[in-house]
Amino acid sequence: MTNLTLPYERLTYLENFGHSLKAASYLYHPTSVDEIESIFKFARQNGLKVTVRGAGRSYNDAALNGAGIVMNLTRMNKIIDWNPKTGLVTAEPGLTLENLWHVVLPDSWWPPVVSGTMSTTLGGCLGMNIHGKNNFRMGPIGEHVTEFTALLPTGAQVTCSPTRNGDLFHSMISGMGMLGVFTSITLQMKKIESGFLEVHAFAVPDLKTHLQAILENAPVCDYTVGWLDTTAGGSGLGRGQIHAAKYLHEANDPEMKKGLQVQNQTLPATMFGVFPKSIIHYFMAPFTFNLGFWGVNTAKYVASLRDETYRQSHAAFHFLLDYVPNWELAFGELIQYQSFIPKETAEDAWREILTISQKRGMPSHLGVTKRHRPDKFLLTHAVDGFSLALDFKVTRGNRAKMLVMLQEFDKIVLDAGGRFYFAKNSETSPESAAKFLGAETVARFKALKQRTDPNNLLESDLYRRVFAV
Amino acid sequence: MPVNKTTAATPLQPRRRAIIIGSAQGLGAAMARRLAREGYLLGLADRNGELLGKVCAEINQAGGPGQARAYVHDVTNTEEVPALLQKIMADLGGLDAFIYVAGILLPTTPTTYEFDKDRKMMEVNALGALAWYNLVAPIFQALHSGTIVGVSSVAADRGRLGNPGYNASKAALDTYLEALRNRLTRHGVHVLTVKPGYMDTDMLKGVERPFLVASPDKAAEDIWNAMRRRKQTIYTLGAWGLIMLIIKHIPSLIFRRLSF
Repeated sequence: MTNLTLPYERLTYLENFGHSLKAASYLYHPTSVDEIESIFKFARQNGLKVTVRGAGRSYNDAALNGAGIVMNLTRMNKIIDWNPKTGLVTAEPGLTLENLWHVVLPDSWWPPVVSGTMSTTLGGCLGMNIHGKNNFRMGPIGEHVTEFTALLPTGAQVTCSPTRNGDLFHSMISGMGMLGVFTSITLQMKKIESGFLEVHAFAVPDLKTHLQAILENAPVCDYTVGWLDTTAGGSGLGRGQIHAAKYLHEANDPEMKKGLQVQNQTLPATMFGVFPKSIIHYFMAPFTFNLGFWGVNTAKYVASLRDETYRQSHAAFHFLLDYVPNWELAFGELIQYQSFIPKETAEDAWREILTISQKRGMPSHLGVTKRHRPDKFLLTHAVDGFSLALDFKVTRGNRAKMLVMLQEFDKIVLDAGGRFYFAKNSETSPESAAKFLGAETVARFKALKQRTDPNNLLESDLYRRVFAV
Repeated sequence: MPVNKTTAATPLQPRRRAIIIGSAQGLGAAMARRLAREGYLLGLADRNGELLGKVCAEINQAGGPGQARAYVHDVTNTEEVPALLQKIMADLGGLDAFIYVAGILLPTTPTTYEFDKDRKMMEVNALGALAWYNLVAPIFQALHSGTIVGVSSVAADRGRLGNPGYNASKAALDTYLEALRNRLTRHGVHVLTVKPGYMDTDMLKGVERPFLVASPDKAAEDIWNAMRRRKQTIYTLGAWGLIMLIIKHIPSLIFRRLSF
């Protein structure tokens, strides 16, 4: 034998969402369950590992698999059944949230939980068990799944619901795609009366007020999200702006019918009416340095000082990350550090984290806060508290310093009883992961994996990293 | 076990990966140590498993377990190359650079003719390299990325009376690398030809080395710099470039009467 048996012509470099990582993989786009099965078979014969990939919107290595197989499921994106009476939708795993809401909105429904971008696929959303700006009220997306079917690497096809194969249900959702491949997913949509939300935006002058405002608004609102000025120090540390939104009801929305049309939800194609948004990221690039971050954040805070209440479409409120297409390109290489900390300890921990990042000259350029509550899924990231997501620009010169800083952050978060999210943080060590998950959870997950995937066919760079395989 | 935790790449701990064929001693071992200092994950192959194990152990002591992995391989056994390449790539989690250093010089005299020696040098210096390049090239071509390094020699530039078989084996490799470069540059792949002059390694033990002798570490440094700067052909030491420029232009009328 003097030739390669592997299909090297399929080798492709795939990236994470922040363009800060790439890995070469044998890329497949299966279109049916049979094809997925034959890819498993090929992988088993050739000693390769398989990773499932959706839209590739994870900030870390969740959908990367160096020198292994990556199965991109975005071509398995059919809606199998949509019932506008019950709001139950059954779809293939590659269906994006965008294609989902386009179908359900005209019938007065909206996905109960959405991510900050609508490009994500249902399979990816379940694998990571995404949350939205309503996590405190609606939980993660997994709580709205009534049933799913999955293909296990053993070849078995299973049907899971909260009551049927409940252990698999609660572990495959949140399981990073390491236990099996979702083949169809049934989700309960949320009934809405209007296509618009009433948004109340107001400034908060410091971290204490910031968290207090989220805490107080959450119980009376449908969505709450905070923007945190990461560059402000001293008495203004943690200042920012809260957006609290409520569903509009038929009685108080004269334009109800209009809002339920897809074209009235779509984000405008130009900014300030002139600039095509596809080029905006070029103009953002010059601001992606420390002084620029400070300028943009300060200007945003000053602008937020005026209280405002306005109406906004669901799409415009939720999908901020889609507002400027390819915005992440402006940063070159980007990572996100998100921590979930109980409400009792969050303020002190984040005070320390924000102060350290400012002192080291590596302030984040964007901070986002949310309110959370615990859930029953095995690899859960949620706590009864808050999350703070910090975006950082990675440069050739700051890598080593930033790594040391993030390792210190991990310690602060863990000491505060916090947790991490496997779709976001890219540097979480196996030790940190084991600590927040707990030995029992890790053992349970490994036992389940032994059952569904005894030959460890499913592995991603993320799984190998956080489980030290 | 494919990738352990020390081989996981993250945005803040990026990893590049290289294979070095012929890395148990001399220039290959020096290259391994040089790339290890740059943080490369290394797949090291050599027929001398014992010496190779020592090189790996030394690198892993400094860089953490798993930075260098040893694979015992005799380059004349071309049959095992495809499976071995696939295994190393899976173990490393990818491939950014492929470096072929393996080479032998079997001494002879201007009046002896020994086909067995010529064949052995052809097999190790040229054919073994071709077996690997034919597999690595399409992979890098598919990825539109990667660096291929081959260690030719100043001996490739002119055939001399001392060792025709060695000259021919290095000339074959040299021309092959040039052709490979012409195929792959358009696909974004970098092909580097390295032409060492005298070097302080076991290969030239007993050979008189009057001037311009490079230490393996110095040569490895030159090669690393050439990889970074995407040079096409380098001489090490650099002064050999000038010397060979002159030698290449000596007319045959004179050259065939010289005694070196």
